[in-house]
Amino acid sequence: MKDIKIQVNDLSLYYGEKKALKEITMQVPANKVTALIGPSGCGKSTFLRCINRMNDLIPSVSITGQMLVEGVDIYDKNVDVVNIRKKIGMVFQKSNPFPKSIYENVAYGSRINGINDKNTLDEIVETSLRQAAIWDELKDRLGDSALGLSGGQQQRLCIARTLAVSPDIILMDEPASALDPISTSKIEELVHELKEQYTIIIVTHNMQQAARTSDHTAFFYMGELIEMGKTNEIFTKPEKKQTEDYITGRFG
Amino acid sequence: MNSQVPTKQNFTKESLKKQFRLSEFLAEKIISSVAFLSIAIIFLIFIFVFKESLPIFSQGKESVKTEMQQSTASNDKPESYGAETESLQPESYGGVEKEELQPESYGGVEKEELQPESYGGVEKENLQPESYGGVEKEELQPESYGGVEVEPLVAEDNSAATAEVKEEKESSIWDSLLTPDWVPVSENPRFGLLSLLIGTLKVTIISMLIAGPIAILAALYTACFASKRTKEIIKPIIEMLAAFPSVVIGFFALMIMATFFQDIFGYDSRLNAFVGGVAMALASIPIIYTISEDALSSIPKTYTEASLALGANKWQTAFYVVLPAATPGIFAALLLGVGRVFGETMIALMATGNAALMSANPFESVRTFAATIGAEMAETVFGETHYSVLFFIGSLLFIFSFGLNALAEFYVKGRLIKKFQGK
Repeated sequence: MKDIKIQVNDLSLYYGEKKALKEITMQVPANKVTALIGPSGCGKSTFLRCINRMNDLIPSVSITGQMLVEGVDIYDKNVDVVNIRKKIGMVFQKSNPFPKSIYENVAYGSRINGINDKNTLDEIVETSLRQAAIWDELKDRLGDSALGLSGGQQQRLCIARTLAVSPDIILMDEPASALDPISTSKIEELVHELKEQYTIIIVTHNMQQAARTSDHTAFFYMGELIEMGKTNEIFTKPEKKQTEDYITGRFG
Repeated sequence: MNSQVPTKQNFTKESLKKQFRLSEFLAEKIISSVAFLSIAIIFLIFIFVFKESLPIFSQGKESVKTEMQQSTASNDKPESYGAETESLQPESYGGVEKEELQPESYGGVEKEELQPESYGGVEKENLQPESYGGVEKEELQPESYGGVEVEPLVAEDNSAATAEVKEEKESSIWDSLLTPDWVPVSENPRFGLLSLLIGTLKVTIISMLIAGPIAILAALYTACFASKRTKEIIKPIIEMLAAFPSVVIGFFALMIMATFFQDIFGYDSRLNAFVGGVAMALASIPIIYTISEDALSSIPKTYTEASLALGANKWQTAFYVVLPAATPGIFAALLLGVGRVFGETMIALMATGNAALMSANPFESVRTFAATIGAEMAETVFGETHYSVLFFIGSLLFIFSFGLNALAEFYVKGRLIKKFQGK
């Protein structure tokens, strides 16, 4: 694996006393799609939220180990969490556009960074929406409330919103789990296009989705990283028995 | 069918027959009738208040009639404290007989020789128009003690004469409502509501300017920044302020705040719109705080997460995402606060100075609508113009708050939501 974007060393996470992640060590390659799979409650979403420190919001969480993004430990005391999140965007399981207009949703990230010039904002909004392949659907109704969009459109709007702050890494937490097959395929195409410019980590329950979209796959089980490797290898000849059982549908 | 263990039933028309469930029916009816009852009560109250203010709408004749009835009725009323000439009641205090005038009589009026030390006494011939608390000879108020009627015959003559005078006055009541002079008790009473309106608005604006930002910022702090434990402490404490009796806040304003602010700003009248506004802000902060805190807390956590994941810091998230999303709730909170200040009587009575002045200066004494009713209700004669005007003020208060809410509901709210949340 050349070009390692994220290097995780012995990362453990505790919810109070309970150990939710057990000594995870893995490498995430740059400009590739990495899928995290595993049964519910295995810690893959928790791990994803570790990468942009969203777990800081939960008071009882404590973390040990190292998370190196481009060689910088993001859990270092001198690192500003706001700057991390600007570099590492996140798309959530449930689409969560702000109760603002479509335009304002996309422009929000730039506005909080101090960009208030109308032309620049217009440009950012258009590029982001184009990148998220939703510009043609929405260009005539940018002033409308984002809450009036369909579920698939909302999710792609959320992706556009994330792209608008031009992050390096995009985390996707089951982005298509609540969507119909057509919207799902659109999101998957999008992921495929975006990996040219971004490093993408995607959590999914859908084996086919992982197989279709990702270059690398990591299998989590009970808070442990069981196996990680190239997607076609994991899906065709997994090394561990548990991985094989899971992806062939014998459990989980 | 009623057996404990449900037996398997065939899916027939019989088993699906419509049933009459008495308890459900009764519960539904009771709930709906209670709801309608409460609405009806509110309506009846308004109708009563409005009805009492009707005489000022139907000018002239009717009010003369009531005046006449009033004057004649007071002659026969056994409970009137004012002593009659012939039959002196032993329990009447302050009663004055024609011949033996007591020197300490308070407010007593003699026909021929007026006593110099009589307080508030009014001579028949030279009536002072501005005399406060003066007792007119003709209109015996039930509460006024020490009033004297000299002779029933003369009194009737006089009342007829004043009725004519009154008729002239009645015709100008409508015009006088729009003047700044509020002089309800005088020979020539004037019921100008403008200064009262200005006073009410002044106090309301001052208190909302103070209470609104403080309460909303406090709510924002507890909803978005405070730890769970801090929130558990702060919220009940501020809510406890809402249970504070307004008379206590008024007393505090009267005794301490007034002096304190006078030391700072150095204005002339110690009790004024500013002091009253600050005191009323104290009363309305807990209301605005509680409701806007609930509105802010009910904003889904996903919005906060989305904003933070975009690299916003806590302040930006709170101000640009949470606050706009909670706009309708905060607006409702502000309206309730305005309603509280608008109708606040005790604090207005105690801390605003109660002088009906037309001025934009926030450090002048003012008199609010609610305080006017509170202060003068007990001193009016039932059915008199003053009485009707007070009830008219009451219905004005009702109409104002109703209009404010309607405006908010249909116009401002829609526009605000559009502005903050897109079409």
